[in-house]
Amino acid sequence: MQYAPAQSKLGAASSVLPVVGRSLTYKRDMRTIIDHVDAKFGCSRGVVAVLGPNGAGKSVMFRLLAGLLTPDCGSVTWAGLEPDRLRAHKIGFVFQRPVMLRRSAIANIVYVLAAAGVPAKMRDEVARHALEQARLLDIAKTPARSLSGGEQQRLALVRALATQPELVFLDEPTSNLDPGSTAAIECLVQRARDAGTRFALITQDMGQARRLAAEVIFMHRGRILECTPAETFFCAPGTPEAASYLEGKIVF
Amino acid sequence: MMRNARVFFLATMLLGMAVSQVRAENAFIVLQSTTSTENSGLFSYLLPLFTKKTGIEVRIVAVGTGQAIKNAMNGDGDVLLVHDTAAEQKFISEGWGVERHQLMYNDFVLVGPSRDPARIAGGKDAIAALEMIAHRKAPFASRGDDSGTHKAELRLWKEAGVDVKSESGTWYRELGQGMGATLNTAIGMDAYALVDRATWSAFKNRASHRVLVEGDRRLFNQYGIMLVNPAKHPRVKQREGQAIIDWLLSRDGQNALASFKIAGEQQFFPNSQP
Amino acid sequence: MQDLTHAFTTAFQLIGSLDPVLIEIVGLSLKVSLTAVAIAGLIGLPTGALIAVGRFRGRTAAITFINALMGLPAVVVGLLVYMLLSNSGPLGALQILYTPTAMIIAQAILITPIVMALTRQTIEDLKVEYDEQLRVLGRGALQQTATLIWEGRHSLLTALLAGFGRAIAEVGAVLIVGGNINHVTRTMTTAIALETSKGDLSLALGLGIILLTLAFVANAIVMAARASSQPSYV
Repeated sequence: MQYAPAQSKLGAASSVLPVVGRSLTYKRDMRTIIDHVDAKFGCSRGVVAVLGPNGAGKSVMFRLLAGLLTPDCGSVTWAGLEPDRLRAHKIGFVFQRPVMLRRSAIANIVYVLAAAGVPAKMRDEVARHALEQARLLDIAKTPARSLSGGEQQRLALVRALATQPELVFLDEPTSNLDPGSTAAIECLVQRARDAGTRFALITQDMGQARRLAAEVIFMHRGRILECTPAETFFCAPGTPEAASYLEGKIVF
Repeated sequence: MMRNARVFFLATMLLGMAVSQVRAENAFIVLQSTTSTENSGLFSYLLPLFTKKTGIEVRIVAVGTGQAIKNAMNGDGDVLLVHDTAAEQKFISEGWGVERHQLMYNDFVLVGPSRDPARIAGGKDAIAALEMIAHRKAPFASRGDDSGTHKAELRLWKEAGVDVKSESGTWYRELGQGMGATLNTAIGMDAYALVDRATWSAFKNRASHRVLVEGDRRLFNQYGIMLVNPAKHPRVKQREGQAIIDWLLSRDGQNALASFKIAGEQQFFPNSQP
Repeated sequence: MQDLTHAFTTAFQLIGSLDPVLIEIVGLSLKVSLTAVAIAGLIGLPTGALIAVGRFRGRTAAITFINALMGLPAVVVGLLVYMLLSNSGPLGALQILYTPTAMIIAQAILITPIVMALTRQTIEDLKVEYDEQLRVLGRGALQQTATLIWEGRHSLLTALLAGFGRAIAEVGAVLIVGGNINHVTRTMTTAIALETSKGDLSLALGLGIILLTLAFVANAIVMAARASSQPSYV
């Protein structure tokens, strides 16, 4: 169900795409985590997977682009303008570990709808519909924190999608989940992607990357080394680091 | 929802407070007096008689003599009733009070454990008793709080020629507490103590302690009453304050004081001067 | 030991006969302490939460200061409030010394740091958990604070209970600013102090037992209310 844009603040706020990072640098405790990185998200309809060994800076880059961290140098823009709170609901974020509010599953969704400015009368209906689409309606009234890990993460994704974001960042969403939940999450992502939502995905699961990615960005030591279509990357990676990574070798 | 509940709760509380404050605004005065007088039960007996006659409620703040005088100097009371003649006269001469009136007297008694290590039981000479206590270095619990009782005690030690300050912390223990607390402690440490008769009569935690020395004229304890000076503290309730002073000094009041008994015995002896 | 058994019988007798003096002092104790807790909550909860969420210069100093104030001796608070409200003090014209209002003020001052400090710690811990999620939803500082307060409602309720416990049990402050005036400002604790000074230890202990029972019942009510609002354990 798409609610008419005129009835909610959601459609009225302007777009956030493309999400652009220019010459981003981020340091913590004397270490440079992100080193003069240029990145652009939300241009193509396919899922963009960001791959790389631990410590490559992937999560930090997502957080910089989502406005959660401030770069030490460089800038982040959403549709050419600085990130701002009013448009924040157009960017979704799913963390590695789901952060559930101490209330029922449906109340979690109602909360984000309220934050996004959806009128009170509509919130319940929209929330129910969202849960129904993800086949989570039967746990609607359950306290979110007593759900299983898989259910919580599915709920987190449903919650992120409830405000009809233009771009959703997924930071290793299934690394702690069983195959069943992983499959459910991937299915939700594919459906939303087909409906027009853009996705940026960090994953350590190469199978998942192959299943979902249309494009791959490979990062290493705070820099983007490759940015290629997925097929090209998996068949013939352009850099030795990427090649080692795909072979499962430890990349320093 | 929770926010609404809290606001409602607070509003009710504040309303309740406001209402109860309004209700309490019948005529009342604050009388600063001592714990020993209050603990004897005199006020609970006496004041309802006054309130019935005049409709004025008397609120007693019972603290140590020093604190009562200080409170009165701060204007936090309308009438002062204590038993420390020297301090009362100073209060008047420094302009804090209008006029000091002699009100009543009772006496102090020396109490101690039945086993009486200093062998003072049955004596009629308070000074001799104190000399013997000092000589034996028997434990003595002093109020040590600059109260009327404490100052009377110090005068007696002085007359006995004993320098208690130098013995403080050994057999002579300065407690810095009110009469009741001092008695509790004295009983706990098997010590002698000086106490006004009325407090002792009303005291319930005696263990083996009893009155050992009494009747010496030097144990006489004079009470005075005075109005706090409205010239210094304009908010003093002069009319009502004077009303209770007048009543206590009148024949009715003096008779009422005399009629207060504990275990059938008169505790206070009215001696106002006409 | 005799005093102790006599204390229990005295306590039961007083409760059983619904002794009017007892009801009066219990009523006053509850009125004073509950009002003080309400004030402490209104001031301490939002302030503690804002300090937890906010970032400003001198924040660490403020936190250290508030934590230290938890150790304020009740009698010192009583003395300070007395000096403020005395006829020779700056607020003498209000004429609230020796009234329950003065007692409420003194207790509120005493327990607000407790509520504030515990709130701050609770909210700060929650912030660690929720910070990124709330910010990515575009929540501003005030909205985050409100959400965190709701999220931490159980711990915050405990903070209020801690404040109540401190208030209902203290005697130093209410004794000085209230004056322990019979039928006006006599609470459970000042009554216990009075009976002790009269040497009536079993009555004092009896009142103490009643006070403890009161605190126990108050906590039990809160726990029951919590249980009924929670369908299952989180």
